[in-house]
Amino acid sequence: MFLDLDYFIFGIMPYIALTVLIVGSIARYEKDPFTWKSSSSQLLRRKQLWWGSVLFHVGIITVFGGHLIGLFTPVWILDTLGIPYAMKQWAAVILGGTAGIAALIGASLLIHRRVMDPRIWRHTSFADIGILVLIWLQLFIGLGTIFLTLQHMDGAEMVRFMTWSQSVILLNLNAWAMVVDVHWLYKAHIFLGLLITILFPFTRLVHMVSGFAAPFRFLLRPGYQIVRSRRQKALPKRSAAKATPAE
Amino acid sequence: MKVRAQIGMVLNLDKCIGCHTCSVTCKNVWTSRDGVEYAWFNNVETKPGLGYPTDWENQARWNGGWERTKAGKLQPKQGSKWRILANIFANPDLPEIDDYYEPFDFDYDHLKSAPEMEAFPTARPRSKITGERMQKIEKGPNWEEILGGEFSKRSEDYNFEGIEKQIYGEYENTFMMYLPRLCEHCLNPTCVSSCPSGAIYKREEDGIVLIDQEKCRGWRMCVSGCPYKKVYYNWSTGKSEKCTLCYPRIESGNPTVCSETCVGRIRYLGVMLYDADKIEEAASVENTQDLYDAQLGVFLDPNDPAVIEAARADGIPEDWITGAQESPIWKMAMDWKVAFPLHPEYRTLPMVWYIPPLSPIQNAAEAGAIGMDGGMPDVKNLRIPVKYLANMLTAGDEAPVVTALERMLAMRSYMRSKTVEGVIDEGIAERVGLSGRMIEDMYKIMALADYEDRFVIPTTHREQVEEAYDLKGGCGFTDTNGCSTGISKGSLFGGSKRPLKMPAEVQ
Repeated sequence: MFLDLDYFIFGIMPYIALTVLIVGSIARYEKDPFTWKSSSSQLLRRKQLWWGSVLFHVGIITVFGGHLIGLFTPVWILDTLGIPYAMKQWAAVILGGTAGIAALIGASLLIHRRVMDPRIWRHTSFADIGILVLIWLQLFIGLGTIFLTLQHMDGAEMVRFMTWSQSVILLNLNAWAMVVDVHWLYKAHIFLGLLITILFPFTRLVHMVSGFAAPFRFLLRPGYQIVRSRRQKALPKRSAAKATPAE
Repeated sequence: MKVRAQIGMVLNLDKCIGCHTCSVTCKNVWTSRDGVEYAWFNNVETKPGLGYPTDWENQARWNGGWERTKAGKLQPKQGSKWRILANIFANPDLPEIDDYYEPFDFDYDHLKSAPEMEAFPTARPRSKITGERMQKIEKGPNWEEILGGEFSKRSEDYNFEGIEKQIYGEYENTFMMYLPRLCEHCLNPTCVSSCPSGAIYKREEDGIVLIDQEKCRGWRMCVSGCPYKKVYYNWSTGKSEKCTLCYPRIESGNPTVCSETCVGRIRYLGVMLYDADKIEEAASVENTQDLYDAQLGVFLDPNDPAVIEAARADGIPEDWITGAQESPIWKMAMDWKVAFPLHPEYRTLPMVWYIPPLSPIQNAAEAGAIGMDGGMPDVKNLRIPVKYLANMLTAGDEAPVVTALERMLAMRSYMRSKTVEGVIDEGIAERVGLSGRMIEDMYKIMALADYEDRFVIPTTHREQVEEAYDLKGGCGFTDTNGCSTGISKGSLFGGSKRPLKMPAEVQ
C-alpha cells in the first residue's frame, strides 16, 4: 500500500505539486524577483524563433486552457447545460489535438534551434533544455493518448478524470482509487504533468504568470506613460493654480 | 500646468572631434559585463553612415517611435497595446545581435604563450557569445569610423532623404561629421509605453528614464519601441538595460561620465522646466516639421513669475528653479535657438539636443565665388548640406538650422572683429537677430565652455520627499538583487523587514 505507485501519483503527488508550485513561486517572486523573466533568446538568433515560438505558445496555451476548463468544470454543469459527454470529448480531441500538434511542432523547432545553434546552446542551462524536453515529451504522450481516447468516445473515461481532478481540489483523499485502472499512457501523462508543475517555480516557466498578467497590467494602464515619484505624500491639489498673477 | 523638471543635455557637434572617450568611459562604467558587451549606452557615429545598430534611423524598417493615427491619436509605431501583446512570443521588430555586431575579443594570451614559430604570433578574434573562433569580423561598434566602407552602402543613410546624394560620393564633395548618441530621456518615451510589464518609468524629479530590473520580464518590446535603439536586451540576464544618465552622479550634482570625460568639452547638462500637461498635444501635432516648435512650447520659462509659482506648488525645489534659470540648455535651445532635438519626427520629444556642426566652405578653390551674405559666408555653401542636418534635427525644416549656423558664424565673426581688430560690430549680431551681449554670452558658454558653465546640476532633494531615517542602513546602489527584500509587504519567512524604498507610480 505504501509503495503503491498509483496511490503516490494520484493520491499524494498532486498535493506535493500544488504546494511546491504555490510556495515555491511565492518564495521566488519574493526573494529573487530579478530572476523572474522569460529568458528570451531572440536577440541571439531570430531564425526559427518566429515559427517555433508562435506555434509552441499558441498551441500550448490552447491546450493548457483546454485542460483547465475540461478537467475542472464540474460535471453537473455539463448536465445542466445538456452537453453530451461524447460531444465534449469530441471537442477536446479535435481542438486539443490540433493545438497539441502545433505545440509539438513548435517545441521540436525550439529544441532543434536551442541544441544546434552554438550561440544559444552555450547559454542554455540544464533547466532550460530540461523543461523544454519534458514539455515536448508531455505533448507527445498527450497526443498519444488521443488514439486511446478514440476507442471509447462515450466520454466515460473523461468524466472519471474530471471527477478525480475535482476531488483532488476538494480534498477527497480517496479519489485516487477512481483512476487506478486507466491505461498506463494516461498515467504517464498525469505523472509528467505533475512533475512539470513541481518544477515550475525553479525554471523559466514562471514567465507564464507574468505572461498571463501582462495583458491586464498593460491594457488597464491608463494611457501609455509611467512616471514614478519618490514623494511619499501627494502634493496638495493646486486648484487655485489657474489664478496666477500672469493670467 | 503641471511643472516638472528634467535634466537635459546638449551636444555641440561643432566641437566633437570623434575621439570616443565618452563611449569608452561609459563602457567601462556601465556595460563591461556579460550579456551587454555589444551594448554601448553611448556611442559615436560617423555620419553619413548607417550607424549602430545598422540603419537604426529607418523606422520603416524597425518601427520605433510613435505614429499619428488618422484620428490624430498617438500610438507606438510597432502597434497598439493589443498588437504589442500579440507579438510577445516573437517580436518582429527586434534587431538581432548581428544588427549591432557580434561581440568579440582577441586571443591576447597567445602573443606571450605561443611557442617559437616561423611566423610571428597573432591575436585572432574569438566570439564573446559562443567562445568560438571568428574567421572574419563582419561588423563592430564603430564600423564606419571616418567614412569607413564604400559610399554606396553609407549613402543608404536615412538623412539623405530628398538629397541628390550621388555627388557626395565624389572625393571632392565628400563630407562627414560625428554624432555621439545616448538615451534621449524623452518627454514622451516609446520604450516606457511599449513595456507590457510597466517596468520602465520616467522619474518625476529629474526626468531620467530607467528600467526596473526586478520588474522587467524580458518581453523586449522596449528595444523595438525606442527609435534611437538605445534600449539593449542583456542576453545573459534576460532583462533590458539602458543609459541611466549616470543618475547616481546626477543626484549628487555631478555630470554624467560621458560629459565629465568629454575632452572636446562639447557636452552640457542643465535643468529644463516643462509642462507635463502639454506633452501629448505637442507630440501629436500633424505636421512632423512642427514638432520642433511644439516641443519648444512644452518648455517653461524659469524666469516667468507665474511659472516659478507653479513650480513651487508642484514641489520643484528652490535650487532647481535657480538651476533652470541658469541652465545652459535653456540658453542654447530657447534663447539662441542653436540646439535641436535629434529626429523630432519620431514624436518622442527627446531631451538630448544637438548643435549642428559648421563645416568648411564648399569649393574653396573658387574662393572668390563663395556666396557672401552680408560679410558672412552663405551657410548654403557649407560642405555639409543643410538639408542633411535638417533631416537629422528638424524633420527636414531647413530654416531653423540655417539660423543656428548663421548665428554660430556670426559669433566667430563678431569675436574675430572684437579680438583681432578691436572693433565691436553690433551689426553682425543684429543681422542674425542677436545682440552683442548675447553673442559674448554664447562665446563664453559655447566656445570657452568652462566646467561650471557646462554643468549646472542641482543635487537631488530626497530629504524633501523621503524619510531619511527609513533609508538609514538601507540598500545602496546594488547590482540588481544584491540586497533585495522583495516587493511584497511583510516577510514570507517571518522576521522583520526593512522594505526597499522604490519610487511609486504617479497617477
